[in-house]
Amino acid sequence: MAEQSERRSYLPAGLPIPSAAPDGLDKEYWEATRRHEIRIQRCTNCRAFQFPAEWICHKCHALEMEWVEVAPRGVIYSWERVWHPAHRALAEACPYLVVVVELRDAPGVRLVGNLLGDPRQEVRIDTPVDAVFEDHDEGYTLIQWQPSRD
Amino acid sequence: MAEQFTIKDKVAIAGIGETAYYKRGQAPVSEFRLALDAIMRACDDAGIKPTDINGIASYSDDRNTAIRVATALGLPELRFNNMVWGGGGGGGSAAVGNAAAAIVAGYANCVVVYRALAQGQFARFGQTPALKSISGGAAHTWPYGMSTPAQWIALRTRRFMHEHHVTEDALAAIAMACYHHAQFNPRAVMYGRTLSREDYFKSRFIVEPFHLYDCCMENDGAAAMIITSAERARDLRQPPAYIMAAAQGSDFRQNIGTESGCDYPTSNFKTLAPRLYQMAGIGPQDVDVVQIYENFTGAVMTSIVEHGFCAPDEVQEFFTFENFTAPKGKLPLNTSGGNLAECYMHGLELIIEAVRQMRGQSTSQVPDAEIGLVASGPMVAPVSDLIVRR
Repeated sequence: MAEQSERRSYLPAGLPIPSAAPDGLDKEYWEATRRHEIRIQRCTNCRAFQFPAEWICHKCHALEMEWVEVAPRGVIYSWERVWHPAHRALAEACPYLVVVVELRDAPGVRLVGNLLGDPRQEVRIDTPVDAVFEDHDEGYTLIQWQPSRD
Repeated sequence: MAEQFTIKDKVAIAGIGETAYYKRGQAPVSEFRLALDAIMRACDDAGIKPTDINGIASYSDDRNTAIRVATALGLPELRFNNMVWGGGGGGGSAAVGNAAAAIVAGYANCVVVYRALAQGQFARFGQTPALKSISGGAAHTWPYGMSTPAQWIALRTRRFMHEHHVTEDALAAIAMACYHHAQFNPRAVMYGRTLSREDYFKSRFIVEPFHLYDCCMENDGAAAMIITSAERARDLRQPPAYIMAAAQGSDFRQNIGTESGCDYPTSNFKTLAPRLYQMAGIGPQDVDVVQIYENFTGAVMTSIVEHGFCAPDEVQEFFTFENFTAPKGKLPLNTSGGNLAECYMHGLELIIEAVRQMRGQSTSQVPDAEIGLVASGPMVAPVSDLIVRR
């Protein structure tokens, strides 16, 4: 896990805090991030991965889903550099990088996160990336990404 | 047997009405009054009395409810009211299609479709509300600064551009064509504001790959249309624009915020467009003019591809200013200026422009246009589309 050096989080404080759905649907996802794990919902019947979580498997319609830990690795599937702040907390934070990362061990599952480092860096689709767990004092953890070292 | 279950050619758009279009926050009257004004103008255009209306359809959670409109207009009976789920412009053609279906089914015989927006009086679309916490799908994107339509559509656009070797030149051609057409349209908010290729590339990025001019405006105003049976429309004031086909819905797992497990760089028309053409009994080669909802140019790009006007790998070559401009382009696009340069009336203004083309009343008329296609709300879900003919 990389050090969070200067600023403790990639984006400044003040953005909405993620919380589990009131009906508990994705509680295990957010609890896992606190332990620095990526857990993705998987169907106990057909073993299809599913994200975001839902109360039914979209492939076989089984209602029993489980949460499976997957390696914190993936490849950049798409990316964007944001220059216009759409939230007041981001007024001084542009540009910043958003990436869609396809997880190596959960086919088709893609997570949105930020690509750490220089926001003006060149970004290439298909670059392998590793997760960096960004802990926040308010009691939640975001999953960020940086190019793989190996 | 199948013939029995189609709306093809049975219904027409008989009247169109629009208020003046304003920059965001500049409407001088309330949003509801704008809605009523547009409805009255559409009735006048068709040559009907407002009390002839007995059905109401809209979309995008329009705040001006059917029952308030029915009450305000003193409609003797409301027989049909309908709201399409989903925000943005995805439900525009669907509202028209639902109105047509209601007429064919016999629920109503004169339906008004409208959309009214006065954002100065309510919240803005392009700004993220200052919430303390967020759950559900948005919890997986908002904390990372990915919270607006521009931001989710840019990601999908980038992936398409990567897969099919497309550059920003293709997006520029769309923006330039829309602005060009607005220069002939005095109703357009950007009338008198030209856009050169240089202006486009010099403009600031909103979110790469989108420059400022890839993004729709936000406006105040209202638009409405009167939909009735083809038979009745022939006796009214204006030449009817017949509805050949309408389709609405979504492809596999396209809920916004679901970046996973789905076809990602899509405008969401891959299952709709074949249904649309099948109902109309035509193909893309038969279409004379297109009105494609520009939330952002990237979604227009994939809509053009998914409606069969060019293959994905032909985008870079096909997307030129010349091809997209009336009167001589191969595929005249958004001939009123559209959401980018006429008015962001959630695309109802694009359906009205399709009607004008069929009547021969456009300010950028395509000579002898007989068939027009509308695509509503690309890269959202649900989306909808429509084919009209002269």
